[in-house]
Amino acid sequence: MQYSESRTRNLRWLTYASIGLFIISFWMIFSYVGPERTQGEVQRIFYTHLGAFFASFVLFVVALIAGIQYLRTRHEKWDDLGLSAIELGLIFSLINIVTGAIWARPIWNTWWTWDPRLTTVAIMWLAYAAYLMLRAGIEDPNRRRRFAAVYSILAFSSVFLTIIIIRVRPDTIHPVVAGPTSTSEGIEGDFAMSDRITTTLLFTIFTYVVISITLLWHRIRLENRTKLIQARKMKLLLNA
Amino acid sequence: MSVTTTTPETTSTTQPKKRRLRTPYFQVVASLAWKDLRAEARGREMVNAMLLFSIMAVLIFSFALELDRQAQEATVGGVLWVTIAFAGTLGLGRSLAAEKDKGSLDALLLAPVERSALFYGKMIGNFLFTLAVGFLLVFLLTVLFNVNLFRPVLWLIIVLGCLGFATTGTLVASMSVHARAREMLLPILLLPVILPIIISATRASTALLTELKTEDWLPWIQLLGVVDFVFLLAGFFLFDFIVEE
Repeated sequence: MQYSESRTRNLRWLTYASIGLFIISFWMIFSYVGPERTQGEVQRIFYTHLGAFFASFVLFVVALIAGIQYLRTRHEKWDDLGLSAIELGLIFSLINIVTGAIWARPIWNTWWTWDPRLTTVAIMWLAYAAYLMLRAGIEDPNRRRRFAAVYSILAFSSVFLTIIIIRVRPDTIHPVVAGPTSTSEGIEGDFAMSDRITTTLLFTIFTYVVISITLLWHRIRLENRTKLIQARKMKLLLNA
Repeated sequence: MSVTTTTPETTSTTQPKKRRLRTPYFQVVASLAWKDLRAEARGREMVNAMLLFSIMAVLIFSFALELDRQAQEATVGGVLWVTIAFAGTLGLGRSLAAEKDKGSLDALLLAPVERSALFYGKMIGNFLFTLAVGFLLVFLLTVLFNVNLFRPVLWLIIVLGCLGFATTGTLVASMSVHARAREMLLPILLLPVILPIIISATRASTALLTELKTEDWLPWIQLLGVVDFVFLLAGFFLFDFIVEE
């Protein structure tokens, strides 16, 4: 498979841009924005936490669209897109969970609690891990792609649940940053946002979304390379 | 039920249109569900295992959680739904595996009927078996946990929860049945997806049993209804893609 020069160049520029954005957002997190009034230095991890969440959310939406598109068109590329998006989404949501735990240790005095938000995120992660298990368990390639597409649509229900749960459950202690919240009582670790915090937050989210798209592109290319090598191996074996 | 009498062949001779050759949708659904029920009534391999499993699970729970009266009221909803989910998973795996191993799944797919009708037929069978477990548990938990579960609203929750469970379960089990380690894969695939149903059913039951106000449990029942509806629709659209060959 040959890629056009211009596309490769675009990808290279996008990679440079993501590295640049990441460095800038790192600088913003650690130097531009000051420590938060009540939480202090530990609050800085929250930018990465939210950035990784948005990246994984975008990737899971991509996987949902890829699943629907695969079932409609039956083109293999949609399956590759879905697989790549879910693999990366798992990594980003793992970053999200780990940074959340590190933040929660000083703020909530525990690494993990069975709060509705944390529970649904854990379930979301498990649902997409199960997607990989399903792929590994089915041998026929056509059936594997079809089932994977169906399951990626079903698994999105857990993403949906994660989004709405802190808005409908009043007993969560997880802060709601974007959008309306059902109640502010009992939320531990909420804080007022200054202008600099808002700017840094939006910039970090933007950075992580760009990084996730760049990685997605690279991952798809990797998948194509793997297939190319497999095809060549098969050819060699048949000729020998 | 008079589902065994087949009428469409006689009417189709006068009407040469191709769509007329199909068996009516609801007749397919009903005869498939009826077939499952009759097979179960004769063989009793699924329901017996499910009921026995749920009795054992409840016994283990009541040993493990020796609680005072108030704590029992708070936990009995959780025990109910965990047992339904595990016993239901046991039955689902069997229901689809039997269909595939005996080759009757292929035969069903050859029949000139709507694929989604096959889905709803299988789903109704699984739904009724799960419901049987649910209502057995109502008796068992009332006796062993000493909490009165004979409440119509709780029965509504059980019906809605089992409906959602059977819908999603039939969909996922019809995928996992083709996998290599299907007995292992089914719970792994199923549990994350049915979690919205289990959470809202458990919350509604617990809120109801601990005598909370109506506005504490009614939203969960509504959510349960919405989730059921969404999964019923998802089954309609997605089952075609799972069984096409």
